[in-house]
Amino acid sequence: MATAAIEQHHPAHPPTATGLDTWKVGFWVFMGSETLFFGSLISVYMVYKGTSVVGPFPSDVFDIPLTSISTFVLLMSSLAVVLALEFLRAGRRSLALFWTMVIIVLGATFLGFQAYEFTHFYHEGLTLGTNLFGSSFFVLTGFHGAHVTIGVIWLLMLWVDMFRGRLRPENSLRFEIAGLYWHFVDIVWIVIFTLIYLME
Amino acid sequence: MATAESHIYAPATHTTKKRSVVWDWMTTVDHKKIGILYGVTALFFFIVGGIEAMLIRIQLAKPDNAFLSPDVYNQLFTMHGTTMIFLVAMPISVALFNYIVPLQIGARDVAFPRLNALSYWVFLFGAIFMNFSFVLGAAPNGGWFGYAPLTSSQYGPGLNIDFWVLGLQALGAASIMGGVNFITTIIQLRAPGLRLMRLPLFTWMTLFTSFLIVTALPVFAVALFLVTFDRFWGTNFFVMQAGGDPMVWQHLFWMFGHPEVYILILPAFGIISEIIPTFSRKPLFGYAVMVYSGALIALISWGVWAHHMFASGMGPIADAFFTISTMIIAIPTGVKIFNWIATMWGGSIRFTTAMLYAVGMLITFTIGGVSGVMHATSPHDLQQTDTYFVVAHFHYVIVGGTILAVFAGLYFWFPKLTGRLMNERLGKLQFWIYFIGFNLTFMPQHWIGLLGMPRRIYTYSADLNLEALNMLSTAGVPIQGLGVILLAGNIIWSLKRGAIAGDNPWNAATLEWATTSPPADHNFNQIPTVHSREPLWVEAAQVRATTLGPIEPHMHMPPNSYWPIFTAVGIVATFILFMTNIWWMPLLGLAWTVIGTINWAYEPT
Repeated sequence: MATAAIEQHHPAHPPTATGLDTWKVGFWVFMGSETLFFGSLISVYMVYKGTSVVGPFPSDVFDIPLTSISTFVLLMSSLAVVLALEFLRAGRRSLALFWTMVIIVLGATFLGFQAYEFTHFYHEGLTLGTNLFGSSFFVLTGFHGAHVTIGVIWLLMLWVDMFRGRLRPENSLRFEIAGLYWHFVDIVWIVIFTLIYLME
Repeated sequence: MATAESHIYAPATHTTKKRSVVWDWMTTVDHKKIGILYGVTALFFFIVGGIEAMLIRIQLAKPDNAFLSPDVYNQLFTMHGTTMIFLVAMPISVALFNYIVPLQIGARDVAFPRLNALSYWVFLFGAIFMNFSFVLGAAPNGGWFGYAPLTSSQYGPGLNIDFWVLGLQALGAASIMGGVNFITTIIQLRAPGLRLMRLPLFTWMTLFTSFLIVTALPVFAVALFLVTFDRFWGTNFFVMQAGGDPMVWQHLFWMFGHPEVYILILPAFGIISEIIPTFSRKPLFGYAVMVYSGALIALISWGVWAHHMFASGMGPIADAFFTISTMIIAIPTGVKIFNWIATMWGGSIRFTTAMLYAVGMLITFTIGGVSGVMHATSPHDLQQTDTYFVVAHFHYVIVGGTILAVFAGLYFWFPKLTGRLMNERLGKLQFWIYFIGFNLTFMPQHWIGLLGMPRRIYTYSADLNLEALNMLSTAGVPIQGLGVILLAGNIIWSLKRGAIAGDNPWNAATLEWATTSPPADHNFNQIPTVHSREPLWVEAAQVRATTLGPIEPHMHMPPNSYWPIFTAVGIVATFILFMTNIWWMPLLGLAWTVIGTINWAYEPT
């Protein structure tokens, strides 16, 4: 996450063997690793699906319309990423600042929904230790929520840099990598929403 | 020269302000220094793990022995396995990746030098943390495989398993960071003209190993998190009463664990693929096939995990599938062995110590490979599961494969690291002692296992009539120990008195030999352009004219940084603070990590 290093396009840096940016390649590899991480967590949920000995069961607590709204919020934030990056590259700073703030607000809203959902489930009697559904659900969505939180903090830092004029079209790659991360976390949520909430 | 250099890297002037040597090593981002740190740490833990093995073998030397209590025995065999895999075999390969790969590809450092330092410090702190458990008399005792529910709070109360899951989590994170770094380095930082199909085999195997690390370790991370949450936050993943399934642990563990086996052996394949051509004076036979078979091994290694689980009753379809996939993986491995033999065929072979180790490895690894195919057969495996036959098998592939190859690599690359050759006469003596000691220890274990002695049990009855074979096996241990002591002696002696090596003492072909021994901080005065697979055999004059020619002006080398070690403290502290059992304590470590990360991000490089 040492994104500032990208600023240092030192003239003496030799061109890379592939012509690609080294940070971008490294980040793609890291996301490959993250895919296996979430893949394993989702598999554990699927293996334990329907094996809880006591309730509450998914059908007792899931509120599909509510989670659909929070999913929509998160998906829209990915659109804001695309717009913010385009405006940053085009040198239109105020619009870039605006759309970056939109991502942050939408991300925070998603986290708010998740906090509400977790408390609601807790009041329904579902905790980490209640049953296998509680264990696998909270651990999976909790790790996803932690990733969203990291993304929000990261984007806040980039917003401040943009505001101070340290993030400019020349080093927009810093923003692009944060955007890649954001899209990745978004895609993971699409899989989680489909497999965990929508599939009976 | 020294003054000229300090002008060249402007950032290095911070560090040349007479900082202490210790501070310099703590903040270094130089891949060569980090490689040496990894290597020295791994050799230290090799001795620790060796002492654990020695105690185990003393206990097993005779039946109904009471030298160790069952509890201590459990701790020792758990820590022996965990140490030898995570603190010896993996980091010693990573040590060579660090030192050799940037040199082999004509780079000045790895892609992310500070991340490289972070990997090392997280690894070191995690290793110290896990071994600190011995001080409290509560070393991990659930086996290196940590089968559920042995690791649950119910069956594994006390701090033992806590040390294991939290320490391994830190070590795994360090490995993933290293894997990302090496994949990026090899893809991005190759010298001009060094196309993929011109890469030295060791670099290729580093690439495949790194792919296995970044894909397999996150699966293990999830498995460890599940156990951690079970123990600390009351989840039910492996609580049988709540419907938890021990098979979930086994699948996750071996989905990591079998690629892990190839994480251990592929670097060894890379090492001997450098040594055998060098000392046979012939290019590697079937270069392309060697690359493709390495890729196939890495790929298939993801489809064989359940051969560790034949005894768990998965049913005939799964058993048949994993029997076949496991046998298939023997094909690319066999191809490699024949190609090494074909490389030697007709070559003018020089039996240096490195070559002796490489050839010795071919023999012992093949023995281990053959017994591996034996228990790939699921009906056969049911006889062998959890017996000493399996112990014999994996020591033949890990010690007889990885460790012998690493020793070969040590003799081979030591002159590059230090500028001095190791003592060859002592080296050859040391090889024979270690080789005989190794075979004496582990060969009898094949019979011990087939005659029915179970592993992981602290003693055995005299009725089994296994006393003589066990005594023979134990007798091999001090011989191996002598071999290791002679190796350490040879290293220390050679550091001071070894013959001056020169740039390329073995007349080897690859780029690491195209620079001084040891290389300067910046590795090469200018980055060479490469037109062949064996640059120092085909185009030595042109290559040396650049690598040893006038120093490139405006060269940028990354300055030292203390943020990696600072951040590493935070990461490992996060895991350690779980043991307080206060839910917000790990957050302190996390906050420390965040502070480190933010400062890191804004540090100029």
